Amino acid sequence: MAELSIDIAGLKLKNPVMTASGTFGFGVEFDDFFDLNSLGGFVVKGTTLHPRQGNSYPRMAETPSGMLNAVGLQNGGVKYFAENIYPRLLVYDTNILVNVSGSTVEEYIACAEQINELDHIAGIELNISCPNVKEGGMAFGTSCPAAEAVVKAVRKVYHKPLMVKLSPNVTNITDIALAVEASGADSVSLINTILAMAIHAESRKPVLSTVTGGLSGPAIKPVALRMVWQVSKSVKIPVVGIGGIMNSTDAIEFFLAGASAIQVGTANFIDPMASQHIIAGIDNYLDRHKFKSIKEIIGGLQL
Amino acid sequence: MNKSSSFTKTKLSTYTGLPNPILAIFAHYSNAIYLRMKKSVQNLKVVSNQRLNKDHALLELKSEVLLEGILPGQFANILVDKSQKVFLRRPFSIFQVDYKCNSIFILIKGIGEGTKALSKSLVGDTLSVIFPLGRGYTFPAKRSKVLLVGGGVGIAPLMLLATMLKQDNHQIEILLGARTGEDLVELENFAKYGTIHTTTEDGSHGTEGFVTNHALFGEELKSFDRIYTCGPEPMMKAVARLAHLNSVDCEVSLENTMACGYGVCLCCVTETTGGHRCVCTDGPVFDIKQLKWQN
Repeated sequence: MAELSIDIAGLKLKNPVMTASGTFGFGVEFDDFFDLNSLGGFVVKGTTLHPRQGNSYPRMAETPSGMLNAVGLQNGGVKYFAENIYPRLLVYDTNILVNVSGSTVEEYIACAEQINELDHIAGIELNISCPNVKEGGMAFGTSCPAAEAVVKAVRKVYHKPLMVKLSPNVTNITDIALAVEASGADSVSLINTILAMAIHAESRKPVLSTVTGGLSGPAIKPVALRMVWQVSKSVKIPVVGIGGIMNSTDAIEFFLAGASAIQVGTANFIDPMASQHIIAGIDNYLDRHKFKSIKEIIGGLQL
Repeated sequence: MNKSSSFTKTKLSTYTGLPNPILAIFAHYSNAIYLRMKKSVQNLKVVSNQRLNKDHALLELKSEVLLEGILPGQFANILVDKSQKVFLRRPFSIFQVDYKCNSIFILIKGIGEGTKALSKSLVGDTLSVIFPLGRGYTFPAKRSKVLLVGGGVGIAPLMLLATMLKQDNHQIEILLGARTGEDLVELENFAKYGTIHTTTEDGSHGTEGFVTNHALFGEELKSFDRIYTCGPEPMMKAVARLAHLNSVDCEVSLENTMACGYGVCLCCVTETTGGHRCVCTDGPVFDIKQLKWQN
Protein backbone atom coordinates (compact mmCIF):
# COMPACT_ATOMS: atom_id res chain seq x y z
CA MET A 1 0.00 0.00 0.00
CA ALA A 2 1.87 3.02 -1.31
CA GLU A 3 1.18 6.61 -0.35
CA LEU A 4 -1.39 7.91 -2.81
CA SER A 5 -2.15 11.33 -1.35
CA ILE A 6 -1.03 14.39 -3.23
CA ASP A 7 -1.38 18.15 -2.86
CA ILE A 8 -2.44 19.94 -6.04
CA ALA A 9 -1.69 23.55 -5.18
CA GLY A 10 -3.86 23.57 -2.07
CA LEU A 11 -6.21 20.76 -3.06
CA LYS A 12 -5.37 17.92 -0.73
CA LEU A 13 -6.31 14.76 -2.62
CA LYS A 14 -6.40 11.42 -0.79
CA ASN A 15 -5.42 9.86 -4.10
CA PRO A 16 -4.60 11.33 -7.51
CA VAL A 17 -7.82 10.16 -9.19
CA MET A 18 -10.57 12.63 -9.92
CA THR A 19 -13.48 12.35 -12.31
CA ALA A 20 -13.90 14.78 -15.16
CA SER A 21 -16.57 17.39 -15.63
CA GLY A 22 -19.34 16.45 -18.01
CA THR A 23 -18.84 12.75 -17.41
CA PHE A 24 -19.84 12.55 -13.77
CA GLY A 25 -23.04 14.60 -13.47
CA PHE A 26 -23.20 16.09 -10.00
CA GLY A 27 -21.64 12.98 -8.50
CA VAL A 28 -24.92 11.91 -6.87
CA GLU A 29 -25.74 9.86 -9.98
CA PHE A 30 -22.94 7.49 -8.94
CA ASP A 31 -24.18 6.88 -5.38
CA ASP A 32 -25.65 3.52 -6.38
CA PHE A 33 -22.33 2.40 -7.82
CA PHE A 34 -19.69 3.28 -5.22
CA ASP A 35 -18.75 5.47 -2.27
CA LEU A 36 -17.72 8.81 -3.77
CA ASN A 37 -15.48 9.48 -0.78
CA SER A 38 -13.04 7.00 -2.27
CA LEU A 39 -12.16 9.55 -4.96
CA GLY A 40 -9.43 12.13 -4.77
CA GLY A 41 -12.08 14.48 -5.99
CA PHE A 42 -14.72 15.03 -8.59
CA VAL A 43 -15.57 17.89 -10.91
CA VAL A 44 -19.25 18.60 -11.36
CA LYS A 45 -20.66 19.44 -14.74
CA GLY A 46 -20.05 22.72 -16.53
CA THR A 47 -21.92 25.50 -14.77
CA THR A 48 -22.75 28.90 -16.21
CA LEU A 49 -24.23 32.07 -14.77
CA HIS A 50 -27.54 31.56 -16.59
CA PRO A 51 -29.38 28.30 -17.30
CA ARG A 52 -28.61 26.73 -20.66
CA GLN A 53 -30.72 24.24 -22.62
CA GLY A 54 -27.72 22.94 -24.53
CA ASN A 55 -27.67 21.95 -28.18
CA SER A 56 -30.32 20.09 -30.14
CA TYR A 57 -30.33 16.33 -30.53
CA PRO A 58 -28.32 14.47 -31.88
CA ARG A 59 -25.51 15.39 -29.55
CA MET A 60 -23.43 12.27 -29.70
CA ALA A 61 -21.62 10.15 -32.27
CA GLU A 62 -19.76 6.94 -31.61
CA THR A 63 -16.40 6.92 -33.38
CA PRO A 64 -13.46 4.50 -33.50
CA SER A 65 -12.14 4.18 -29.92
CA GLY A 66 -14.09 7.18 -28.79
CA MET A 67 -17.06 9.44 -29.21
CA LEU A 68 -18.05 12.95 -30.15
CA ASN A 69 -20.31 15.05 -28.00
CA ALA A 70 -21.99 18.34 -28.60
CA VAL A 71 -23.95 18.79 -25.40
CA GLY A 72 -23.30 22.52 -25.28
CA LEU A 73 -23.10 23.07 -21.52
CA GLN A 74 -26.68 22.16 -20.67
CA ASN A 75 -27.09 23.18 -17.04
CA GLY A 76 -29.50 24.88 -14.69
CA GLY A 77 -27.25 27.85 -13.96
CA VAL A 78 -25.18 28.63 -10.86
CA LYS A 79 -28.18 29.74 -8.78
CA TYR A 80 -29.94 26.44 -9.43
CA PHE A 81 -26.74 24.63 -8.54
CA ALA A 82 -26.29 26.52 -5.28
CA GLU A 83 -29.89 26.03 -4.19
CA ASN A 84 -30.74 22.55 -5.42
CA ILE A 85 -27.55 20.58 -5.93
CA TYR A 86 -25.04 22.01 -3.49
CA PRO A 87 -26.99 20.95 -0.36
CA ARG A 88 -26.87 17.34 -1.60
CA LEU A 89 -23.09 17.52 -1.93
CA LEU A 90 -22.47 18.40 1.71
CA VAL A 91 -22.49 14.73 2.70
CA TYR A 92 -19.36 13.95 0.70
CA ASP A 93 -15.88 14.02 2.21
CA THR A 94 -13.84 14.57 -0.92
CA ASN A 95 -12.72 17.50 -3.04
CA ILE A 96 -15.60 18.79 -5.10
CA LEU A 97 -14.76 21.23 -7.86
CA VAL A 98 -17.23 23.13 -9.98
CA ASN A 99 -16.43 23.50 -13.64
CA VAL A 100 -17.24 27.12 -14.52
CA SER A 101 -17.87 28.41 -18.02
CA GLY A 102 -19.23 31.57 -19.59
CA SER A 103 -19.81 33.59 -22.73
CA THR A 104 -18.20 36.75 -21.39
CA VAL A 105 -15.58 37.59 -18.78
CA GLU A 106 -18.35 39.20 -16.73
CA GLU A 107 -20.30 35.94 -16.69
CA TYR A 108 -17.26 33.99 -15.52
CA ILE A 109 -16.73 36.53 -12.72
CA ALA A 110 -20.36 36.49 -11.57
CA CYS A 111 -20.45 32.70 -11.58
CA ALA A 112 -17.13 32.41 -9.70
CA GLU A 113 -18.31 34.91 -7.10
CA GLN A 114 -21.30 32.73 -6.32
CA ILE A 115 -19.19 29.57 -6.15
CA ASN A 116 -16.83 31.40 -3.79
CA GLU A 117 -19.69 31.55 -1.26
CA LEU A 118 -20.04 27.75 -1.17
CA ASP A 119 -17.77 26.51 1.63
CA HIS A 120 -17.91 22.86 0.69
CA ILE A 121 -16.69 23.45 -2.86
CA ALA A 122 -12.93 22.93 -2.77
CA GLY A 123 -12.12 24.75 -5.96
CA ILE A 124 -13.07 25.87 -9.43
CA GLU A 125 -12.04 24.27 -12.65
CA LEU A 126 -12.21 27.16 -15.08
CA ASN A 127 -13.44 25.89 -18.42
CA ILE A 128 -11.89 27.95 -21.19
CA SER A 129 -12.02 25.05 -23.59
CA CYS A 130 -15.59 23.93 -24.35
CA PRO A 131 -15.76 23.43 -28.13
CA ASN A 132 -19.55 23.18 -28.23
CA VAL A 133 -20.82 26.67 -27.50
CA LYS A 134 -21.13 29.47 -30.00
CA GLU A 135 -19.87 32.23 -27.74
CA GLY A 136 -17.06 32.13 -25.22
CA GLY A 137 -15.95 28.70 -24.11
CA MET A 138 -13.07 27.65 -26.26
CA ALA A 139 -12.54 31.18 -27.55
CA PHE A 140 -11.04 32.04 -24.15
CA GLY A 141 -8.69 29.11 -24.28
CA THR A 142 -7.28 29.52 -27.75
CA SER A 143 -5.57 32.88 -27.46
CA CYS A 144 -3.13 34.00 -24.77
CA PRO A 145 -4.62 37.48 -24.22
CA ALA A 146 -8.16 36.08 -23.87
CA ALA A 147 -7.00 33.34 -21.47
CA GLU A 148 -5.05 35.88 -19.40
CA ALA A 149 -8.02 38.23 -19.21
CA VAL A 150 -10.49 35.64 -17.94
CA VAL A 151 -8.09 33.96 -15.49
CA LYS A 152 -6.95 37.30 -14.02
CA ALA A 153 -10.55 38.45 -13.62
CA VAL A 154 -11.68 35.25 -11.90
CA ARG A 155 -8.55 35.15 -9.74
CA LYS A 156 -9.55 38.52 -8.26
CA VAL A 157 -12.90 37.24 -7.01
CA TYR A 158 -12.14 33.60 -6.30
CA HIS A 159 -9.95 32.84 -3.32
CA LYS A 160 -9.68 29.06 -3.32
CA PRO A 161 -7.77 26.69 -5.62
CA LEU A 162 -8.24 27.66 -9.24
CA MET A 163 -7.61 24.97 -11.85
CA VAL A 164 -7.80 26.02 -15.50
CA LYS A 165 -8.90 23.45 -18.07
CA LEU A 166 -7.03 23.87 -21.33
CA SER A 167 -8.09 23.29 -24.90
CA PRO A 168 -6.04 21.06 -27.18
CA ASN A 169 -7.34 23.00 -30.19
CA VAL A 170 -4.36 25.33 -30.31
CA THR A 171 -1.05 25.53 -32.12
CA ASN A 172 1.04 25.66 -28.97
CA ILE A 173 -0.59 24.61 -25.71
CA THR A 174 2.43 25.56 -23.60
CA ASP A 175 1.96 29.23 -24.52
CA ILE A 176 -1.59 29.11 -23.16
CA ALA A 177 -0.46 27.19 -20.07
CA LEU A 178 2.26 29.74 -19.33
CA ALA A 179 -0.22 32.57 -19.84
CA VAL A 180 -2.75 31.16 -17.35
CA GLU A 181 0.05 30.38 -14.86
CA ALA A 182 1.22 33.98 -15.03
CA SER A 183 -2.38 35.13 -14.57
CA GLY A 184 -2.83 33.34 -11.27
CA ALA A 185 -3.97 29.79 -12.01
CA ASP A 186 -3.02 27.33 -9.26
CA SER A 187 -3.02 24.35 -11.60
CA VAL A 188 -3.96 23.36 -15.12
CA SER A 189 -6.00 20.40 -16.30
CA LEU A 190 -5.70 19.10 -19.82
CA ILE A 191 -6.95 18.20 -22.28
CA ASN A 192 -10.56 19.07 -23.03
CA THR A 193 -12.07 17.42 -26.11
CA ILE A 194 -10.58 17.77 -29.57
CA LEU A 195 -12.74 19.57 -32.12
CA ALA A 196 -13.89 16.94 -34.58
CA MET A 197 -16.75 15.81 -36.78
CA ALA A 198 -18.59 12.74 -38.02
CA ILE A 199 -20.48 12.34 -41.30
CA HIS A 200 -23.21 9.89 -42.19
CA ALA A 201 -22.30 8.86 -45.74
CA GLU A 202 -25.68 7.40 -46.76
CA SER A 203 -27.68 10.50 -45.85
CA ARG A 204 -24.78 12.84 -46.67
CA LYS A 205 -25.49 14.64 -43.42
CA PRO A 206 -23.43 15.44 -40.34
CA VAL A 207 -24.14 13.10 -37.43
CA LEU A 208 -24.27 15.94 -34.89
CA SER A 209 -26.85 18.73 -34.91
CA THR A 210 -23.96 21.17 -34.50
CA VAL A 211 -21.92 19.57 -37.32
CA THR A 212 -18.76 19.63 -35.18
CA GLY A 213 -18.28 18.36 -31.64
CA GLY A 214 -15.65 17.31 -29.15
CA LEU A 215 -13.80 14.01 -29.48
CA SER A 216 -13.02 12.07 -26.32
CA GLY A 217 -12.02 8.56 -25.32
CA PRO A 218 -8.96 6.39 -25.99
CA ALA A 219 -8.63 7.93 -29.47
CA ILE A 220 -7.27 11.14 -27.93
CA LYS A 221 -4.95 9.65 -25.32
CA PRO A 222 -1.73 9.96 -27.36
CA VAL A 223 -2.47 13.63 -28.05
CA ALA A 224 -3.26 14.24 -24.39
CA LEU A 225 -0.08 12.52 -23.24
CA ARG A 226 2.02 14.61 -25.58
CA MET A 227 0.40 17.83 -24.36
CA VAL A 228 0.69 16.92 -20.67
CA TRP A 229 4.36 16.16 -21.24
CA GLN A 230 4.98 19.47 -23.03
CA VAL A 231 3.06 21.56 -20.50
CA SER A 232 4.51 19.89 -17.40
CA LYS A 233 8.01 20.70 -18.62
CA SER A 234 7.08 24.34 -19.12
CA VAL A 235 5.03 25.38 -16.10
CA LYS A 236 5.79 25.22 -12.37
CA ILE A 237 2.18 24.70 -11.27
CA PRO A 238 0.75 21.15 -11.07
CA VAL A 239 -0.69 19.56 -14.18
CA VAL A 240 -3.80 17.36 -14.04
CA GLY A 241 -3.91 14.87 -16.91
CA ILE A 242 -7.13 14.13 -18.80
CA GLY A 243 -7.78 12.35 -22.08
CA GLY A 244 -8.89 8.81 -22.79
CA ILE A 245 -7.84 7.32 -19.46
CA MET A 246 -9.65 3.99 -19.34
CA ASN A 247 -7.51 2.00 -16.90
CA SER A 248 -4.68 2.31 -14.42
CA THR A 249 -1.98 1.74 -17.06
CA ASP A 250 -3.28 4.78 -18.94
CA ALA A 251 -3.21 6.74 -15.68
CA ILE A 252 0.38 5.71 -14.93
CA GLU A 253 1.43 6.91 -18.38
CA PHE A 254 0.04 10.35 -17.54
CA PHE A 255 1.96 10.47 -14.24
CA LEU A 256 5.14 9.53 -16.07
CA ALA A 257 4.46 12.30 -18.58
CA GLY A 258 4.30 14.78 -15.72
CA ALA A 259 0.73 14.84 -14.41
CA SER A 260 0.37 15.16 -10.63
CA ALA A 261 -3.19 13.87 -10.75
CA ILE A 262 -5.57 12.61 -13.39
CA GLN A 263 -9.23 12.87 -14.29
CA VAL A 264 -11.26 9.95 -15.56
CA GLY A 265 -13.76 11.08 -18.18
CA THR A 266 -15.37 9.09 -20.96
CA ALA A 267 -14.47 5.83 -19.18
CA ASN A 268 -17.23 6.68 -16.69
CA PHE A 269 -19.76 6.13 -19.50
CA ILE A 270 -18.47 2.67 -20.32
CA ASP A 271 -17.91 1.58 -16.75
CA PRO A 272 -19.17 3.68 -13.85
CA MET A 273 -16.68 1.76 -11.67
CA ALA A 274 -13.70 2.79 -13.85
CA SER A 275 -12.31 5.28 -11.33
CA GLN A 276 -12.38 2.61 -8.62
CA HIS A 277 -10.46 0.12 -10.74
CA ILE A 278 -7.95 2.84 -11.62
CA ILE A 279 -7.28 3.75 -7.97
CA ALA A 280 -6.67 0.09 -7.12
CA GLY A 281 -4.51 -0.40 -10.19
CA ILE A 282 -2.27 2.60 -9.43
CA ASP A 283 -1.69 1.27 -5.93
CA ASN A 284 -0.83 -2.13 -7.36
CA TYR A 285 1.61 -0.61 -9.88
CA LEU A 286 3.43 1.37 -7.19
CA ASP A 287 3.75 -1.71 -4.99
CA ARG A 288 4.93 -3.83 -7.88
CA HIS A 289 7.63 -1.33 -8.78
CA LYS A 290 8.49 -0.73 -5.12
CA PHE A 291 7.60 2.94 -5.11
CA LYS A 292 6.56 4.26 -1.72
CA SER A 293 4.58 7.20 -3.03
CA ILE A 294 2.79 8.37 -6.16
CA LYS A 295 5.09 11.41 -6.06
CA GLU A 296 8.02 9.22 -7.08
CA ILE A 297 6.63 8.56 -10.55
CA ILE A 298 5.37 12.03 -11.46
CA GLY A 299 7.41 13.15 -14.47
CA GLY A 300 9.37 9.93 -14.18
CA LEU A 301 9.56 9.25 -17.89
CA GLN A 302 12.89 7.58 -18.66
CA LEU A 303 14.29 9.35 -21.70
CA MET B 1 -37.40 -17.44 -3.71
CA ASN B 2 -40.87 -16.93 -5.12
CA LYS B 3 -42.42 -14.05 -6.96
CA SER B 4 -44.27 -12.56 -4.04
CA SER B 5 -41.24 -12.43 -1.78
CA SER B 6 -38.79 -11.27 -4.38
CA PHE B 7 -40.31 -7.79 -4.35
CA THR B 8 -39.28 -6.31 -1.07
CA LYS B 9 -42.31 -4.50 0.21
CA THR B 10 -41.89 -1.50 2.39
CA LYS B 11 -44.19 1.27 3.52
CA LEU B 12 -43.99 4.70 1.98
CA SER B 13 -43.31 6.28 5.34
CA THR B 14 -40.46 3.96 6.19
CA TYR B 15 -38.54 4.28 2.95
CA THR B 16 -37.36 7.73 2.04
CA GLY B 17 -34.41 6.88 -0.15
CA LEU B 18 -36.40 7.06 -3.37
CA PRO B 19 -36.60 10.15 -5.49
CA ASN B 20 -40.16 11.42 -5.70
CA PRO B 21 -40.92 10.44 -9.30
CA ILE B 22 -39.95 6.85 -8.55
CA LEU B 23 -42.09 6.85 -5.44
CA ALA B 24 -45.01 8.04 -7.53
CA ILE B 25 -44.58 5.15 -9.92
CA PHE B 26 -44.42 2.57 -7.18
CA ALA B 27 -47.28 4.11 -5.30
CA HIS B 28 -49.55 3.19 -8.19
CA TYR B 29 -48.55 -0.42 -8.26
CA SER B 30 -51.00 -2.54 -6.30
CA ASN B 31 -51.09 0.23 -3.73
CA ALA B 32 -47.86 -1.21 -2.40
CA ILE B 33 -44.40 0.24 -2.42
CA TYR B 34 -41.67 -1.85 -3.91
CA LEU B 35 -38.07 -1.27 -3.15
CA ARG B 36 -36.26 0.17 -6.09
CA MET B 37 -33.42 -2.10 -7.12
CA LYS B 38 -30.16 -0.19 -7.03
CA LYS B 39 -28.47 0.15 -10.37
CA SER B 40 -25.16 -1.68 -10.55
CA VAL B 41 -22.57 -3.04 -12.95
CA GLN B 42 -22.82 -6.81 -12.96
CA ASN B 43 -21.21 -9.63 -14.87
CA LEU B 44 -24.18 -11.74 -15.94
CA LYS B 45 -23.83 -15.23 -17.28
CA VAL B 46 -25.66 -16.15 -20.49
CA VAL B 47 -27.71 -19.20 -19.49
CA SER B 48 -29.66 -19.46 -22.72
CA ASN B 49 -29.77 -17.86 -26.15
CA GLN B 50 -32.91 -18.69 -28.03
CA ARG B 51 -32.96 -17.71 -31.70
CA LEU B 52 -36.51 -16.60 -32.46
CA ASN B 53 -36.11 -15.94 -36.18
CA LYS B 54 -33.40 -14.85 -38.58
CA ASP B 55 -32.44 -11.72 -36.67
CA HIS B 56 -34.13 -11.87 -33.25
CA ALA B 57 -32.54 -13.58 -30.24
CA LEU B 58 -33.74 -13.88 -26.67
CA LEU B 59 -30.95 -13.98 -24.09
CA GLU B 60 -31.42 -15.15 -20.53
CA LEU B 61 -28.84 -13.61 -18.23
CA LYS B 62 -28.36 -14.88 -14.71
CA SER B 63 -27.40 -12.59 -11.87
CA GLU B 64 -25.44 -13.57 -8.76
CA VAL B 65 -27.02 -10.65 -6.94
CA LEU B 66 -30.60 -11.00 -5.69
CA LEU B 67 -32.90 -9.28 -8.17
CA GLU B 68 -35.39 -6.87 -6.66
CA GLY B 69 -38.25 -4.89 -8.11
CA ILE B 70 -37.49 -4.19 -11.76
CA LEU B 71 -40.10 -2.09 -13.55
CA PRO B 72 -41.34 -2.66 -17.07
CA GLY B 73 -39.71 -0.12 -19.36
CA GLN B 74 -36.48 -0.12 -17.39
CA PHE B 75 -33.44 -1.08 -19.39
CA ALA B 76 -30.00 -2.65 -19.27
CA ASN B 77 -26.86 -1.20 -20.85
CA ILE B 78 -24.70 -4.01 -22.16
CA LEU B 79 -21.01 -3.93 -23.06
CA VAL B 80 -20.14 -5.40 -26.45
CA ASP B 81 -16.93 -7.20 -25.60
CA LYS B 82 -16.65 -9.20 -28.77
CA SER B 83 -16.48 -6.28 -31.18
CA GLN B 84 -13.48 -3.97 -31.37
CA LYS B 85 -15.48 -1.46 -33.39
CA VAL B 86 -18.14 -0.88 -30.75
CA PHE B 87 -17.00 1.54 -28.06
CA LEU B 88 -20.17 2.33 -26.14
CA ARG B 89 -22.61 0.00 -24.43
CA ARG B 90 -25.91 -0.83 -26.11
CA PRO B 91 -29.18 -0.24 -24.27
CA PHE B 92 -31.95 -2.88 -24.26
CA SER B 93 -35.33 -3.03 -22.56
CA ILE B 94 -35.64 -5.68 -19.89
CA PHE B 95 -37.99 -8.11 -21.62
CA GLN B 96 -38.84 -10.34 -18.69
CA VAL B 97 -37.63 -11.07 -15.18
CA ASP B 98 -37.55 -14.55 -13.69
CA TYR B 99 -37.23 -13.97 -9.96
CA LYS B 100 -37.16 -17.72 -9.28
CA CYS B 101 -34.06 -18.21 -11.42
CA ASN B 102 -32.76 -14.72 -10.62
CA SER B 103 -32.39 -13.93 -14.29
CA ILE B 104 -33.40 -11.25 -16.76
CA PHE B 105 -34.34 -11.73 -20.41
CA ILE B 106 -33.18 -9.43 -23.19
CA LEU B 107 -34.74 -9.41 -26.66
CA ILE B 108 -32.17 -8.44 -29.27
CA LYS B 109 -32.65 -7.69 -32.93
CA GLY B 110 -29.33 -7.87 -34.72
CA ILE B 111 -29.20 -4.62 -36.68
CA GLY B 112 -25.73 -3.10 -36.34
CA GLU B 113 -22.33 -4.33 -35.27
CA GLY B 114 -23.10 -4.22 -31.54
CA THR B 115 -26.54 -5.83 -31.59
CA LYS B 116 -25.37 -8.53 -34.00
CA ALA B 117 -22.41 -9.43 -31.78
CA LEU B 118 -24.60 -9.58 -28.67
CA SER B 119 -27.31 -11.62 -30.41
CA LYS B 120 -24.63 -14.25 -31.09
CA SER B 121 -23.65 -14.58 -27.42
CA LEU B 122 -22.93 -18.15 -26.39
CA VAL B 123 -24.27 -19.96 -23.37
CA GLY B 124 -21.59 -19.58 -20.72
CA ASP B 125 -20.43 -16.17 -21.95
CA THR B 126 -20.32 -13.38 -19.41
CA LEU B 127 -21.74 -9.98 -20.28
CA SER B 128 -21.08 -6.77 -18.38
CA VAL B 129 -24.51 -5.26 -17.77
CA ILE B 130 -25.54 -2.06 -16.01
CA PHE B 131 -29.13 -2.32 -14.77
CA PRO B 132 -31.84 -1.61 -13.97
CA LEU B 133 -31.80 1.84 -15.55
CA GLY B 134 -34.40 4.46 -16.28
CA ARG B 135 -37.96 5.13 -15.34
CA GLY B 136 -40.52 2.55 -16.38
CA TYR B 137 -44.19 2.51 -17.23
CA THR B 138 -46.60 3.49 -14.47
CA PHE B 139 -49.56 1.42 -13.34
CA PRO B 140 -53.20 2.47 -13.17
CA ALA B 141 -54.40 3.09 -9.64
CA LYS B 142 -57.63 1.14 -10.13
CA ARG B 143 -58.60 -1.82 -12.29
CA SER B 144 -58.41 -0.61 -15.89
CA LYS B 145 -58.79 -1.62 -19.49
CA VAL B 146 -55.41 -1.15 -21.13
CA LEU B 147 -54.02 -1.46 -24.64
CA LEU B 148 -50.41 -2.43 -25.27
CA VAL B 149 -49.13 -1.48 -28.72
CA GLY B 150 -45.77 -2.79 -29.88
CA GLY B 151 -44.05 -2.37 -33.21
CA GLY B 152 -41.07 -4.42 -34.39
CA VAL B 153 -38.49 -4.98 -31.70
CA GLY B 154 -40.37 -2.30 -29.73
CA ILE B 155 -42.34 -5.14 -28.19
CA ALA B 156 -39.35 -5.63 -25.88
CA PRO B 157 -40.56 -3.76 -22.77
CA LEU B 158 -44.18 -4.89 -23.20
CA MET B 159 -43.76 -8.50 -22.00
CA LEU B 160 -42.75 -7.51 -18.48
CA LEU B 161 -45.41 -4.81 -18.54
CA ALA B 162 -48.09 -7.30 -19.57
CA THR B 163 -46.90 -9.70 -16.86
CA MET B 164 -47.18 -7.12 -14.12
CA LEU B 165 -50.46 -5.64 -15.38
CA LYS B 166 -51.91 -9.16 -15.37
CA GLN B 167 -50.72 -9.72 -11.81
CA ASP B 168 -52.54 -6.51 -10.98
CA ASN B 169 -55.70 -7.88 -12.60
CA HIS B 170 -56.15 -5.31 -15.37
CA GLN B 171 -58.02 -6.08 -18.59
CA ILE B 172 -55.33 -6.30 -21.27
CA GLU B 173 -55.46 -6.14 -25.07
CA ILE B 174 -52.16 -6.51 -26.89
CA LEU B 175 -51.62 -5.24 -30.44
CA LEU B 176 -48.36 -6.18 -32.10
CA GLY B 177 -47.25 -4.95 -35.50
CA ALA B 178 -44.44 -5.96 -37.83
CA ARG B 179 -43.41 -5.79 -41.49
CA THR B 180 -44.22 -9.43 -42.03
CA GLY B 181 -45.52 -12.41 -40.06
CA GLU B 182 -42.07 -13.89 -39.53
CA ASP B 183 -41.06 -10.81 -37.57
CA LEU B 184 -43.81 -11.33 -35.00
CA VAL B 185 -42.12 -13.12 -32.13
CA GLU B 186 -43.21 -14.43 -28.73
CA LEU B 187 -46.92 -14.29 -29.58
CA GLU B 188 -47.68 -17.38 -27.47
CA ASN B 189 -46.07 -15.85 -24.41
CA PHE B 190 -47.87 -12.54 -24.90
CA ALA B 191 -51.13 -14.46 -25.18
CA LYS B 192 -50.73 -15.59 -21.55
CA TYR B 193 -51.36 -12.05 -20.42
CA GLY B 194 -54.01 -10.67 -22.72
CA THR B 195 -55.94 -10.86 -25.97
CA ILE B 196 -53.57 -10.72 -28.94
CA HIS B 197 -54.13 -8.72 -32.12
CA THR B 198 -51.63 -8.36 -34.93
CA THR B 199 -50.98 -6.23 -37.99
CA THR B 200 -48.40 -6.75 -40.72
CA GLU B 201 -47.46 -4.41 -43.53
CA ASP B 202 -47.68 -7.23 -46.07
CA GLY B 203 -50.85 -8.72 -44.62
CA SER B 204 -49.19 -12.09 -43.93
CA HIS B 205 -50.44 -12.09 -40.32
CA GLY B 206 -53.45 -10.30 -38.87
CA THR B 207 -54.71 -7.04 -40.27
CA GLU B 208 -52.82 -5.61 -43.24
CA GLY B 209 -51.18 -2.26 -42.60
CA PHE B 210 -49.80 -0.40 -39.60
CA VAL B 211 -50.95 -0.88 -36.02
CA THR B 212 -53.06 2.26 -36.30
CA ASN B 213 -54.99 0.65 -39.19
CA HIS B 214 -56.32 -1.95 -36.76
CA ALA B 215 -59.97 -1.78 -35.73
CA LEU B 216 -58.87 -1.19 -32.12
CA PHE B 217 -57.97 2.33 -33.24
CA GLY B 218 -61.56 2.94 -34.35
CA GLU B 219 -64.53 3.58 -32.10
CA GLU B 220 -63.26 1.10 -29.53
CA LEU B 221 -60.24 3.20 -28.66
CA LYS B 222 -62.28 5.40 -26.34
CA SER B 223 -63.10 2.38 -24.20
CA PHE B 224 -59.49 2.08 -23.02
CA ASP B 225 -58.28 3.80 -19.89
CA ARG B 226 -54.69 3.77 -20.99
CA ILE B 227 -52.44 2.93 -23.92
CA TYR B 228 -48.86 1.78 -23.50
CA THR B 229 -46.68 1.78 -26.57
CA CYS B 230 -43.16 1.12 -27.77
CA GLY B 231 -41.88 0.90 -31.33
CA PRO B 232 -40.54 3.03 -34.16
CA GLU B 233 -41.01 6.74 -33.44
CA PRO B 234 -43.41 7.42 -36.35
CA MET B 235 -45.60 4.58 -35.07
CA MET B 236 -45.56 5.88 -31.51
CA LYS B 237 -46.35 9.39 -32.72
CA ALA B 238 -49.33 8.07 -34.68
CA VAL B 239 -50.52 6.09 -31.64
CA ALA B 240 -50.01 9.10 -29.39
CA ARG B 241 -51.96 11.38 -31.74
CA LEU B 242 -54.93 9.03 -31.78
CA ALA B 243 -54.76 8.53 -28.03
CA HIS B 244 -54.72 12.28 -27.54
CA LEU B 245 -57.65 12.80 -29.95
CA ASN B 246 -59.66 10.24 -28.01
CA SER B 247 -58.58 11.55 -24.60
CA VAL B 248 -56.95 8.27 -23.62
CA ASP B 249 -53.88 8.35 -21.36
CA CYS B 250 -50.80 7.18 -23.21
CA GLU B 251 -47.27 6.29 -22.19
CA VAL B 252 -44.51 5.80 -24.73
CA SER B 253 -41.05 4.32 -24.34
CA LEU B 254 -38.49 6.24 -26.37
CA GLU B 255 -35.37 4.94 -27.98
CA ASN B 256 -32.29 7.09 -28.22
CA THR B 257 -28.58 6.78 -28.70
CA MET B 258 -26.89 7.22 -25.36
CA ALA B 259 -23.36 7.09 -24.04
CA CYS B 260 -23.87 6.37 -20.33
CA GLY B 261 -27.47 5.34 -19.58
CA TYR B 262 -27.57 6.97 -16.14
CA GLY B 263 -27.91 10.67 -16.72
CA VAL B 264 -24.39 12.01 -16.77
CA CYS B 265 -23.42 12.41 -20.43
CA LEU B 266 -26.57 14.38 -21.36
CA CYS B 267 -26.42 13.04 -24.91
CA CYS B 268 -29.82 11.31 -25.17
CA VAL B 269 -32.03 14.32 -24.65
CA THR B 270 -35.54 14.70 -26.01
CA GLU B 271 -37.71 17.82 -26.25
CA THR B 272 -40.27 17.94 -23.45
CA THR B 273 -42.58 20.56 -22.03
CA GLY B 274 -39.88 21.02 -19.38
CA GLY B 275 -37.09 21.51 -21.91
CA HIS B 276 -34.40 19.00 -22.80
CA ARG B 277 -34.71 15.85 -20.70
CA CYS B 278 -32.54 12.74 -20.69
CA VAL B 279 -34.29 9.71 -22.16
CA CYS B 280 -32.15 7.47 -19.93
CA THR B 281 -33.16 8.93 -16.56
CA ASP B 282 -36.30 11.02 -17.10
CA GLY B 283 -37.48 8.24 -19.42
CA PRO B 284 -37.30 6.09 -21.42
CA VAL B 285 -41.02 6.07 -20.61
CA PHE B 286 -42.82 9.39 -20.96
CA ASP B 287 -46.45 10.38 -20.69
CA ILE B 288 -47.31 11.87 -24.09
CA LYS B 289 -48.39 15.05 -22.30
CA GLN B 290 -44.71 15.59 -21.43
CA LEU B 291 -43.69 15.35 -25.09
CA LYS B 292 -44.40 17.90 -27.75
CA TRP B 293 -46.16 15.32 -29.88
CA GLN B 294 -49.73 16.61 -30.09
CA ASN B 295 -49.29 18.25 -33.48
